[in-house]
Amino acid sequence: MAHMRDPVLTFTERGIHCPAGDFYIDPWRPVDRALITHGHADHARPGHARYLCTEACAPVMKHRLGEISVETVKFGEIRKIGDASVSFHPAGHLPGSAQIRVEVAGEVWVASGDYKVVDDGFCEPFEPVRCHHFITECTFGLPVFKWADQAEVAAEINEWWARNAAEGRASILGAYALGKAQRLLTMIDAGIGPILTHGAVENTNAVLRDQGYALPGTIHVTPDLNAKDHPGALVIAPPSALGSQWARRFGASSTAFASGWMRLRGVRRRRAGDRGFIVSDHADWPGLMQAIEATGAENIYATHGYTDIFARWLNSEGYNAQVVPTEFGGEDDETDAA
Amino acid sequence: MKDFAALFTAVDQTTKTTAKTKALAEFFISASDEDKLWTIALFSGRRPKRAVTTTQLREWAAERAEIPLWLLEESYPIVGDLAETIALVLPPPGRESDLPLTHWITELKSLAALDIDSRKARILDAWDQLDATERFLFNKLITGGFRIGVSRKLMTRALAQATGQDEPSLAHRLMGGWTPETTSFHELIEADDPEADESRPYPFYLAYQLEDPPEALGSPEDWQAEWKWDGIRGQVIVRSGAHHVWSRGEELMTDRFPEFARLPDFVPNGTVLDGEIVAWDGAEPYPFNTLQARIGRKTVPKKLLKEAPVILLAYDLLEDGGIDLRDASLQHRRTRLEALLADLPGEVPLRASPSIAFDTWDNLATTRAAAREHRAEGVMLKRLDSPYLAGRKKGDWWKWKLDPLTVDAVMIYAQQGSGRRANLFTDFTFAVWNGNDLVPFTKAYSGLTDAEFRKITAWVRKNTLQRFGPVRQVRPEHVFEIAFEGIHASPRHKSGIALRFPRMSRWRHDKAMQEANTLDDLKELLNAYG
Repeated sequence: MAHMRDPVLTFTERGIHCPAGDFYIDPWRPVDRALITHGHADHARPGHARYLCTEACAPVMKHRLGEISVETVKFGEIRKIGDASVSFHPAGHLPGSAQIRVEVAGEVWVASGDYKVVDDGFCEPFEPVRCHHFITECTFGLPVFKWADQAEVAAEINEWWARNAAEGRASILGAYALGKAQRLLTMIDAGIGPILTHGAVENTNAVLRDQGYALPGTIHVTPDLNAKDHPGALVIAPPSALGSQWARRFGASSTAFASGWMRLRGVRRRRAGDRGFIVSDHADWPGLMQAIEATGAENIYATHGYTDIFARWLNSEGYNAQVVPTEFGGEDDETDAA
Repeated sequence: MKDFAALFTAVDQTTKTTAKTKALAEFFISASDEDKLWTIALFSGRRPKRAVTTTQLREWAAERAEIPLWLLEESYPIVGDLAETIALVLPPPGRESDLPLTHWITELKSLAALDIDSRKARILDAWDQLDATERFLFNKLITGGFRIGVSRKLMTRALAQATGQDEPSLAHRLMGGWTPETTSFHELIEADDPEADESRPYPFYLAYQLEDPPEALGSPEDWQAEWKWDGIRGQVIVRSGAHHVWSRGEELMTDRFPEFARLPDFVPNGTVLDGEIVAWDGAEPYPFNTLQARIGRKTVPKKLLKEAPVILLAYDLLEDGGIDLRDASLQHRRTRLEALLADLPGEVPLRASPSIAFDTWDNLATTRAAAREHRAEGVMLKRLDSPYLAGRKKGDWWKWKLDPLTVDAVMIYAQQGSGRRANLFTDFTFAVWNGNDLVPFTKAYSGLTDAEFRKITAWVRKNTLQRFGPVRQVRPEHVFEIAFEGIHASPRHKSGIALRFPRMSRWRHDKAMQEANTLDDLKELLNAYG
């Protein structure tokens, strides 16, 4: 049972724990009750007895985790769990993604999950939530990470695609199958040519379309698909599919990756693609600062990223910042998702 | 600068050599002679003299970006490139300009005459009129090391395409001590070349590592074998009574190795030798460690000259009596080399690197296995009828190195990489057992695949015991095979040993940490090979 002196949220080996409600947020080892911020594999893990997430997040999670026991809430709806009041608020990371607000005896904590403050016109836009304690991701918590306007990057991608199409090459774009791929679909000019999708992307498209998210028409790349029937195509696939046997069917092609990491020339070169487009579902440096300031919180906990540097910076700015001692996640594909 | 930035972007946006060459060749046709000359200079490792220190640059950039200096300093190793870090943190420019590359280089050179405040004002003013890519390149001009995916070979090829000249003769023209201040594009590339610089070296011929069994090379009698020495590749030139010593990286090392000053007394003018500079104990090379003390020293104290005297183990003759010999067969060049060196007195720091007699590949394999006893790291194989080519070319020269030494070690510390590997843990410290303790003995950064680095990164995040700034102490668990080329005693290290070229050769999933090697095992290797 919870004691009065317990903090609202604590950091344990299983994940972020709330003693007052005896639940975990995005736990990475099996627990009885898991509140999930969003459906990415390093946040929504299999094996929990009960899941709670937003209505918009549930279909993808079920799609990925199979038979699980899921309860859903609407954004902003308040749930009482034990002595804790819990609500989910848009994180702007991908469709259905949430920050989780937990209030116990007037003290408010928010666990951000992953977030992006800029409205991408696709997923529910980030909502600042006032709190006393804010657990923030800081994947891109360095001043070198600054994103250009989405329209500017969209124009770059369209230009690349149109030029490839004109010169008889396929354009293969590597992007994480959940979230990033669909956001790209809404960014690009579908009039340039046909859009082909890898199975992993298309499966997620189907789930999101069923939920009512508007996506342009796509053609699923099945084993019998003849790439020659779709000249000038844009192919969207998970990064791991690039350079694989699967990608060879498209013949002459230009390859690109879409990720915040593409801001760094070194990472771009490691990927060995022709192009790197800076499209991230995470907040950039100014975005992180904007989000933190908007919470009004004095106590900040940095997780996921350059936590030491970021916490030191926040402390120098007058916050009481700490590094979350245990890190969660670190899936193989985490860097691709950013 | 816009055309140079466009060239950089074109080159940076492709991994295809043909596309890079094409972009560069187009630039060599369209750009001004001054910009062409500077571009050749930059891509062959020459750069304008540094007018501001990188410390000043960091301070000014942090101030302009309105971030504390420490935050820029912390970002730098993650980005992996100071020029890029600064370009990324600066706010957008306030205005636009399009001044040529040469203008900015001249501007940088002119800073030398100014006081520090004026230098700062000029740098800030430059940043304020350059876009992100131009800034990166401008900063690169200051920080040096213009490595942006254009090798010298690629640059030479593009220049050959643009000028219609043949590549090997262009490569030769580009060698030596010229700078854009001492020559012009016309003089360097286009003019007749009768009185080329007397110090000018020939392009080095470089060997590939032999991956297949040597049987694939055909009959042994078509090949010459030599020891592969672990020294510094060097070209020694004697012309007009003077001598010049060049490194493979085209650095003039004449003053570093005063031993060679006597060569003009013994070797005829018009002689160019290719070989390995090694520290010499009178009969065989000292371990590389001894030579190391000489590297990086521009002037050599007497004591060191005595403790670590160097000689050239010559294995090729490129110029004989002023005649370029490179098109002649190795067999012929070798005969001339031996004749030239045959009657030299013992005190002349010059020996022919011996050729190793062998009649079957098995025979040579046995000899190679004993390379470490000869202070060599393997053998070289050279085709007897081959000319001396320029650059790294497959076919006629092969290095057949010994398999590296290995130990199994436990990972105990991890640190994130930089640049290409910014978001991965790639820098590790390894330990061996000393009783029940794990003693750190080496770091290693390379050898794993990207997939393995991602896997170990995920593991490190979850298994951090303690943090020391960027360094994380991790739970001892994983065993890696560490491969290395040499081992020597080092009082500076806790373990008392230091390795040469350590890298991770295998992740030993099959081994428990108790099965890792011990400090005694390392000491045994030290006794055998140190």
